Amino acid sequence: MGTMLPAITGDTMNFDSGYSKSNSELLMVKNLKKYFPLKGLLFTKGYVKAVDNVSFEIKKGETFGLVGESGCGKTTVGRTILRLIEPTDGQILYDGRDITKFKKNDMDWFRRKAQIMFQDPYSSLNPRQTVFQIVMEPVNHHGIDVDDPERFVIDLLEKVGLNEGHLYRYPHEFSGGQRQRIALARILSLKPEFVVLDEPTSALDVSVQANILNTLKDIQKELNLTYLFISHDLAIVKYMSHRLGVMYLGKLVEVGNSERIFEEPLHPYTKALFSAIPIPDPEIEKRKDKLEVKGEPPSPINPPSGCRFHPRCPFAKEICGQKEPALEKVEKDHFVSCWLY
Amino acid sequence: MTDKVLEVKNLTVHFYTYAGVVKAIENVSFDVYRGETFALVGETGCGKSVTARALTQLIESPGRIVEGEVYYHKNGESVDLLKLEEEEIRKYRGKEIAYIFQDPQSSLDPLYSVGFQVSEALYAHNKVKSIKEGIRKAVDILRTVLMPDPEKRVSNYPHELSGGMKQRVTIGIGISNDPKILIADEPTTALDVTVQAQILNLIKEMKRKYGATVLLITHDMGVVADMADRVAVMYAGKIVELADVFSIFKEPIHPYTEGLLKAVPNPLIKIERLETIPGTVPSLINPPSGCRFNPRCPLASQICRAKIPELEEVKNGHYVACHNR
Repeated sequence: MGTMLPAITGDTMNFDSGYSKSNSELLMVKNLKKYFPLKGLLFTKGYVKAVDNVSFEIKKGETFGLVGESGCGKTTVGRTILRLIEPTDGQILYDGRDITKFKKNDMDWFRRKAQIMFQDPYSSLNPRQTVFQIVMEPVNHHGIDVDDPERFVIDLLEKVGLNEGHLYRYPHEFSGGQRQRIALARILSLKPEFVVLDEPTSALDVSVQANILNTLKDIQKELNLTYLFISHDLAIVKYMSHRLGVMYLGKLVEVGNSERIFEEPLHPYTKALFSAIPIPDPEIEKRKDKLEVKGEPPSPINPPSGCRFHPRCPFAKEICGQKEPALEKVEKDHFVSCWLY
Repeated sequence: MTDKVLEVKNLTVHFYTYAGVVKAIENVSFDVYRGETFALVGETGCGKSVTARALTQLIESPGRIVEGEVYYHKNGESVDLLKLEEEEIRKYRGKEIAYIFQDPQSSLDPLYSVGFQVSEALYAHNKVKSIKEGIRKAVDILRTVLMPDPEKRVSNYPHELSGGMKQRVTIGIGISNDPKILIADEPTTALDVTVQAQILNLIKEMKRKYGATVLLITHDMGVVADMADRVAVMYAGKIVELADVFSIFKEPIHPYTEGLLKAVPNPLIKIERLETIPGTVPSLINPPSGCRFNPRCPLASQICRAKIPELEEVKNGHYVACHNR
């Protein structure tokens, strides 16, 4: 990996050969890259390869889960596909149109279709606005006419499990779970089709988390929404997702049907990750054979050569340190990037 | 395994804030047996960390230990840790009872090398004659906690280490004086799962090696299932259920424990819909009368609102505070 910027090498996965094409894809991400420059005094010293050649697709109405540990690039993927961060290279096709080429008008259209829910409900809501103002802000920004704004907001609040009485209150009067519901009402005010959920419950307690996850599922069904669900918590990703992508150090190492991956994880990193989650059942957890990986994820500034997981991989062979494996199909809707397969 | 090492009786801590008196924990009683891992589990604000800190008087103003006794048993003698003067308790803290906190970033001093910080803990309890000697010993301690390259790492500063390595250092400081009790307050919450697995293994290993008793504070039911021998479930400043880990998971009795377990997704099982607990955690300035869980409880009746349920033994070693069971 000596080359620095957008050189598409032979390792690049051939997107078209792998995936089954159908009309139902809402979002297709092809060879997405995001390199953050490391600024020196005068020159750029190098790049943090936060996202490196990531390709996946999300079908209409499904939830695509993106899991990985901190620093693996999952949040950067979520933000880049909304162009909250400009991609370095790659295509992002939304409904067949490449949003990376969008100018202002088209972006306005896209911003209404696609929304994001952030992790921390304490910093994502303006403390000086009432719930009514918060929920109406996107509507006003896009200049959409609403006959009866109050009724409009109340309907949205009821949809997310709040009520009329909350209309003129301020964020500090609400608990974390309720704030996430306000954020959800704001998202729904634009009638979006696609929502990026970036760790929406990791700041919440489990009993509240369950409530929010159920609400998200109900709303998805009701409004036929498509979700990209980003989380480090495998158990909730499994609960939420139809399909799943596992990221490690800026790369997708395994993609496919969520149930299949949980049944039979193939990539050694996925296996290690699954084996590391403590199962809330002492009968199983205390008897489980654990596949422990050594060390911690290396820096994405100078990622290891070849497969980025090879220094920690218990099954590493000679080739793993030399050549980067491509994401290859192993069965229907199950892709893995590993020399073992 | 009925040799008690710690006996906590009616521990009550209040915080005197401008908004009112926060009754953080009320009448918390439990025993910890020698050599076991005892877990205190509950959601944010349930008082689990306050309980752990109160054991060695680590409660800062505006908080105050209002009531209670904490008996520490050693070689047939017992001391009430809460009756000790500041100078006296410091001989116990770190030596007999050591802590590992959640955030390794803030429990290490950024201005000193990690070797110095391990050495300082040794020096404070007269394990070594000088800081210099302590630093030499720190290398061995870092090796015990499986720090890669301990000879080099000993002179590193905290910012040069990753989160997992920093937590290894705090564990090293924790075990440096061979404590009898290791209190681990959310030791892996700030870490990634693969690193969490390593640190949990390390704590188990240390426990095996030194025969210490571990008091584990966590909100993660998975970690409890992995580590604990016995579990106390806390809700709004009170213990609602206490039993061995298998009974807690298999036959939870308190409605809160039941609800909590059902709200945690198990990745091995296909779940169509998670069950939830309605409502939110009450304010501890004005907690609900009677049982503090009654406003959210599906079984709540008249008596639950009127009378505080006592923690009673319903089966062998299985304690519950509930009027309906």
